Amino acid sequence: MELYELTALELAHKLHTGEVTQQEAADTALSRIHAAQPHNNAFITVSGPAFPAADLSASPLAGVPMAYKDNICTRGTTTTCASSILGQFSPCYDATVVECLSAAGAVSLGKLNMDEFAMGSTSETSCFGPVKNPWDLTRVAGGSSGGAAAAVAHREVWYAIGSDTGGSIRQPAAYCGVTGMKPTYGTVSRYGLIAYASSLDQMGPIAPSAADCAAVLDLIQGKDPRDGTSLDIPAGRLLDSLTGDLRGKKIGLPVDCYGEGLDAEVRSAVLAAAEVLKARGAAVEEFALPVMNYVVPTYYIIAAAEASSNLSRFDGVKYGWRAEGYADLGELYTKTRTQGFGSEVKRRILLGTFVLSSGYYDAYYKKALQVKSLIKQAFDDAFTKYDLLLTPVAPTTAPKLGESLSDPLKMYLSDIYTVSVNLAGLPALSMPCGFDSKGLPIGAQLIGPALGDGMVLDAAYGYQQDTHWHRHIPQGGDLK
Amino acid sequence: MTWETVIGLETHVELATKTKIFCSCTTQFGGDPNTHCCPVCTGMPGTLPVLNEKVLEFAVKAGLALNCEITRRSQFDRKNYFYPDLPKAYQISQLYLPICHDGAVDIGGGKTIRIHELHMEEDAGKLVHDPWLDQTKADYNRCGVPLIEIVTEPDFRSAEEVIAYLEQLRSTLQYLEVSDCKMQEGSLRCDVNLSVRPAGSDTFGTRTEMKNLNSFKAISRAIAYESRRQIELLEEGKRVVQETRRWDENKDATYAMRSKENAQDYRYFPEPDIPPVEISEAYLERLRAEQPEMAQARQARYQAHWGLPAYDAQMVTSQKALALFFEATVALGAQPKQVSNWIMGEVLGQLSAHGMEAKDMALTPATLARLIALVQEGKLNRNTAVKVFEAVFATNGDVDAYIREHGLEQVSDTGLVSSVVEQVLAANEKSVADFKAGKEKAFGFLVGQVMRQLKGQAAPAVVNQLLREQLERQ
Repeated sequence: MELYELTALELAHKLHTGEVTQQEAADTALSRIHAAQPHNNAFITVSGPAFPAADLSASPLAGVPMAYKDNICTRGTTTTCASSILGQFSPCYDATVVECLSAAGAVSLGKLNMDEFAMGSTSETSCFGPVKNPWDLTRVAGGSSGGAAAAVAHREVWYAIGSDTGGSIRQPAAYCGVTGMKPTYGTVSRYGLIAYASSLDQMGPIAPSAADCAAVLDLIQGKDPRDGTSLDIPAGRLLDSLTGDLRGKKIGLPVDCYGEGLDAEVRSAVLAAAEVLKARGAAVEEFALPVMNYVVPTYYIIAAAEASSNLSRFDGVKYGWRAEGYADLGELYTKTRTQGFGSEVKRRILLGTFVLSSGYYDAYYKKALQVKSLIKQAFDDAFTKYDLLLTPVAPTTAPKLGESLSDPLKMYLSDIYTVSVNLAGLPALSMPCGFDSKGLPIGAQLIGPALGDGMVLDAAYGYQQDTHWHRHIPQGGDLK
Repeated sequence: MTWETVIGLETHVELATKTKIFCSCTTQFGGDPNTHCCPVCTGMPGTLPVLNEKVLEFAVKAGLALNCEITRRSQFDRKNYFYPDLPKAYQISQLYLPICHDGAVDIGGGKTIRIHELHMEEDAGKLVHDPWLDQTKADYNRCGVPLIEIVTEPDFRSAEEVIAYLEQLRSTLQYLEVSDCKMQEGSLRCDVNLSVRPAGSDTFGTRTEMKNLNSFKAISRAIAYESRRQIELLEEGKRVVQETRRWDENKDATYAMRSKENAQDYRYFPEPDIPPVEISEAYLERLRAEQPEMAQARQARYQAHWGLPAYDAQMVTSQKALALFFEATVALGAQPKQVSNWIMGEVLGQLSAHGMEAKDMALTPATLARLIALVQEGKLNRNTAVKVFEAVFATNGDVDAYIREHGLEQVSDTGLVSSVVEQVLAANEKSVADFKAGKEKAFGFLVGQVMRQLKGQAAPAVVNQLLREQLERQ
């Protein structure tokens, strides 16, 4: 078996036994990155080629090459959010997850491409150009963590840290055929993640397997004194508690997630996944979750409102890029922001500014917050009956490049299965569950109750014991 | 027509916490530009605010002292606007659920001012304009310094009431030790909302808001100016425009800054980075128990217990450190009225001469108590005692050692005084004759001569007595 065909934990094992050296692992990764970069554009910044040797005893993943989405602050390395407005911004601090992983012996090979400020579902809004899907270079990798999913799918790194505000880890993971986990809100510190929508943002892993994701989360979860919204939870127990045993577990299938708009091939692949879970002992049952009809507008109002405020600090005054030729302060702001932000980001800033405006706040933002609590309540109710929910990740497999940009509303609507999870603050995982007739990966989503991250990972781990979808890797030929 | 002025205040108070509201940078005033800041208070991308628990505690203590209701689940909100001194382009403040609301302050004379709310927020940085280089420089040292904003109802009817309220507020916050309330350093800033209406009317007129009021004097003058301006407008049949006006100290007038039509839309919404602040009953109980005795209560006690005149009680409690100093000196056995005399005279005089505040004073109650005792026991002349006090004030020097070294002990040896009296009488026959002719003034002259010979160290009572005895005998 080639090195790149291994999962992160399998590679870690070979590093620990000495069968493979750290430099061999890094070289394999770097040569794959350099070969693929002109084709899939997964990276914004590539580090190396030499790396200090990691202490292999530091953690189960020590020495394994990985990379960060480029909205995660890395000290001394440019952090761009794929936006012109950040220019050559190089933070003087590491995100807490970066500190955690560095201490755990992670070997970072660089920063991954994404939608500008994580706004988009295709990774096409990057100022560095779109990420392309390693399974079909005429298609998108998904977004906004498209670079992360593409790089892991093609095994340019064995895992990556992405961020998920409305599906930005899970949806690209599904489009690229890898496993991605958005943990419970508050379990991973957001310190150092450049905010899109603070109440919804959460970082998490993209990796070949659910076990890999558990191993990564063990290293990055926990209370952080620098993030007031981080939760004081016992960390570091996810990997060790994986059993794959689903006996006695009840899994709900919300019928509202299997109806109109869902591609038939995606539908049957996800339902087939339900059968696999059933075979491992779970009881599977359909139920109604009508609140799904409201999740997309609620999400876009709340996310855009917070984004309009979060992105106000990019004004050309203190850091990043500043437009030239301004006559006064007003013009400095206007020119910098007009030229520095891309059109999708501007669309959301305008939308967010509008819904917070005096006279509209009650009708939009306040109403959205009320609906958000109803959505959370509906999920809480569902989890009184079910341990987990199973849904598709996206209505279709990866669309063609350019298709979504011409119809943003259609793109927003395709987020329907993922955004509810962020609104309710829940853990959810996207796992490969088959391919469509075009040879494109399909993802299934497991959703758990708040702090039920372990249960979500365990079900996916069980599923991956009996299936091979997560072991498929796009072959080199496709990248040329 | 007679007019009534209606005033409401918004007062910003810098809290005296050691560190900023959302990071651990120092709150120290001054410092080289941009040396008291970090990625959090300069709003660098990805950083997050974490509430300083001390800020919450100080705000709740202030709220309790102002008789406010405490919000059990309060929250922070973002106030969005672009300005280079505001690095995040939003100020973290409280709009929807402020930490304290519905309080009341008794300002004396049977008048109560209602407090609408008290909320926590962060201060902004400072812009320094350099007209020579045509540059504006941003200093973020003040960014994130914790503030409370205290908003009153429109309950004031005169500048005197406003000043009485502010003095009361300042005293309360100083007693709580939550702020030093120094207007000149900007740790207490006040915006005045003012309108006028015909006396007896129960509807409000159109108000203006005045900013840049940097002293009590400026506040009084601005109120006088602005109510006159509004009355003149109305009497000429014109209308008052709702706007923000800036007080110009040099011109003694207010000028329009921006009108309501140009008012910004701050797009307030709940701050998602800071979880709601929950206040438990136990927490409130603890803070209530920690509340110190305020100036008014102490004044009453000093009058009742020690018979201090009202004026003395007020002066001695004008600063918490003075009140504590007074009580400690009395506790060491000094007579209370003597202590208040010393505090109102020498202590305040020396503090002012040294440009110091009572809390920074080196002199201890024991030192003052010793001086008072020496005077009381007739061992030190009161005037000499003042000289000793001035000499030991700055370093809290040893009173007894100083007196010894400078030979200042009071002469109570009646034999010595008697012989000096004899000499003086012999040398001033004319004055003796004048005295006998009924000129009381001559007596004073003779006392002065005796004192001079004894270098001022004789007990005045002894001198007086011996002089009279000998004059009568002659």
